Amino acid sequence: MNKRSNLLALLLAAASVAAASSAAARDSIEVVGSSTVYPFSTVVAERYGRSSGKPTPKIESTGSGGGMKLFCSGVGTNYPDITNSSRRMKASEFQKCQDNGVTDVIEVHIGYDGIVIANSVKVSPMELTRKDIFLALAAKVPGAVAGELIENPYKTWSDVNPALPNTAIEVMGPPPTSGTRDAFAELGLEGGCKKIDWIAALKKTDKRAYKEICHTIREDGAYIEAGENDNLIVQKLEANPAALGVFGFSFLDQNADKVQGSSIESVEPTFDSIADKSYPISRPLYFYVKKAHVGVVPGIQGYLNEFTSEKAWGEEGYLAEKGMIPLPIKERRAMAENTRGLVPMTGKEGLK
Amino acid sequence: MTKPVSTPVNNLEKIRKSLGRRNRSERLFRWYGRLAIFIGLAAVTVLFTDIVSKGHGAFRIAYLQLDVEYNQDLIGVDNLSDPKQLILANWQAVPKQALREQFPDVSGRSDKRKLYGLVSNGAGFDLKDRLLANPLLLGTQEKVWILADDDIDTYYKSWLDGEPYAARLSDKQVKWIGELHDQGKIRLQFNSNLFTRGDSREPEQAGIRGAVMGSLFTLLLTLMLSFPIGVAAAIYLEEFAPKNRWTDFIEVNINNLAAVPSIIFGLLGLAIFINFFHVPRSVPIVGGLVLTLMTLPTIIITSRASIKSVPPSIREAALGMGASKYQMVLHHVLPLALPGMLTGAIIGMAQALGESAPLLMIGMIAFIVDIPGGFSDPATVLPVQIFLWADSPERAFIEKTSAAIMVLLSFLIVMNTSAVWLRKRLERRW
Repeated sequence: MNKRSNLLALLLAAASVAAASSAAARDSIEVVGSSTVYPFSTVVAERYGRSSGKPTPKIESTGSGGGMKLFCSGVGTNYPDITNSSRRMKASEFQKCQDNGVTDVIEVHIGYDGIVIANSVKVSPMELTRKDIFLALAAKVPGAVAGELIENPYKTWSDVNPALPNTAIEVMGPPPTSGTRDAFAELGLEGGCKKIDWIAALKKTDKRAYKEICHTIREDGAYIEAGENDNLIVQKLEANPAALGVFGFSFLDQNADKVQGSSIESVEPTFDSIADKSYPISRPLYFYVKKAHVGVVPGIQGYLNEFTSEKAWGEEGYLAEKGMIPLPIKERRAMAENTRGLVPMTGKEGLK
Repeated sequence: MTKPVSTPVNNLEKIRKSLGRRNRSERLFRWYGRLAIFIGLAAVTVLFTDIVSKGHGAFRIAYLQLDVEYNQDLIGVDNLSDPKQLILANWQAVPKQALREQFPDVSGRSDKRKLYGLVSNGAGFDLKDRLLANPLLLGTQEKVWILADDDIDTYYKSWLDGEPYAARLSDKQVKWIGELHDQGKIRLQFNSNLFTRGDSREPEQAGIRGAVMGSLFTLLLTLMLSFPIGVAAAIYLEEFAPKNRWTDFIEVNINNLAAVPSIIFGLLGLAIFINFFHVPRSVPIVGGLVLTLMTLPTIIITSRASIKSVPPSIREAALGMGASKYQMVLHHVLPLALPGMLTGAIIGMAQALGESAPLLMIGMIAFIVDIPGGFSDPATVLPVQIFLWADSPERAFIEKTSAAIMVLLSFLIVMNTSAVWLRKRLERRW
């Protein structure tokens, strides 16, 4: 008898624990979104939590798209307060937000992240152009006649450009699910793709075909999907000096003894060259805040103030130390004012 | 006419002829077995040496000895019991001041920044905790060992090993560390932060306490739910349920569930617990519920096996003495089957402890600094912490990752050993 009642008591206890706590309201900020912004927002969250004595915001790395989906699902403590993104919000996402009652969204542009193409320090650094990158990595490249496309025939870098070394094309980079891959295709490949006149002309007439040509990466083994973990790519580059790897600038910054960045159009990826935008492959980083949650979930205003303070996102700030490239001072000031004043997006930003 | 019967002599010869071949295949088989065990052991050894060689460094961390002064004006605090003052106080000014005194000839903004970079940016808060524990220190001076920055720690360890890695440091910082080393003011100490703190983006301040507590709460809930449910299901199916197509169908399904990839349980948890029942994301409750779904089949299957192994004579004897079926099961079968069930439960828990895939979908892969204090606080678990650290750019997280793996492995070894011990100790052989 008494064994049975023990058993029942245990079950009841477990069930009541589950029920009671699910009803409780939230006292800490919930942030979701891009894995690229994650290393920066986590630092801010931690500093904010430590200096304010309030609960530290919880940050999930769901990817930019996944974060937008959660963020735009609705208003209320069941939905996240902030989403990070390594690209701007799309018009369709803004619309979805509006449809679900998330009407007032504050957009905060926080800075830039460079994408580097690096190889092992054991060999000499590469000097690439975006056109080289496109020709080496696109699935289809222009043939002899304008308007003709052929399967990418290039096997070595010297096939692409006689000035480059005669080594096989072997590039390790992130898989299609990654935001880094999207940005690399958009800024690196498309940047080179545009240099070919007839493809650039195609953009006006057939945008879909243009994107298809410029963004599709070859799948014959020259581009190796090395997973989302950038540390792994660094290790593989160390083991294989003939290969190149594609990853975020902060990993180059941390592993300068193992890998070196290739210069693109003779600009080396450095903190300064990414900041002044002379290094061409860099992308903007954003986060989006639900205005309806400010004041409901405690601490949002404090977190925003911390993020937009000079000691965080300034040129000498701690985010720069973590590898984020800050905005120019004027933009930074304007953005900080906008954010602290909780000015929402109007829908007329020209979102794509 | 009958066929000629083969004589025993012929048979013997046959046996003798085949003996060599049969012995040979046995020898070969033994060698295969030894080879298999050798490969297994070699893989484990390589794995362990790799993890230990990378991770042992994380248990010690660099500290700098500095003369700090708890100057009221510098900190901006004159009353330690006033919470407002404590929030506004400039704690980091204390280690900064101490560094300036240690290296008085450093001037210029950028050099000073580099100088301040020697200590962890959490050093001020550590001193605050120290001050709050001994309020009498306010206004006095003392020599304290202060946590160094992770770049300094990485450099100092690599320098001690004879392969200095100074890419993240400036020449001046390298020189300062050399001076501190000559004066005996930098040393490696036991890294207690690793066991007392939650996650952090600063490797020198990061610890696994948060993840361990998260794992603990999640597993506790998993055990509380899956063990009683699993045992009840097993007893009913084994002792009470009629044997018909329905129970066969249920049995097939349970066996099937045990083989379902764990990510599916995560998706199920997301759909049912979070989207339908509105359980908050990233809390041990939802993690425990999902892991319960995952471990239930294991517990049911092992519990049924151990109930089956109780000989029928026990049941018949109990029934013969006039016990009801319920009494027979509760008083005789269950106690005898319990050791086997517990072993199954421990193995199920060990599986659940190492799981990260199902937690991906329910928000437990998150950056959580505060150490969870209950079932409804946001939490992460050990395998997830390992995953997050492995993905971090900071160099010092590599050794932290391996150290966390060592901790997880030792938990698993303890759990699995206790399962073996329980079986040996309590199980009865019939």
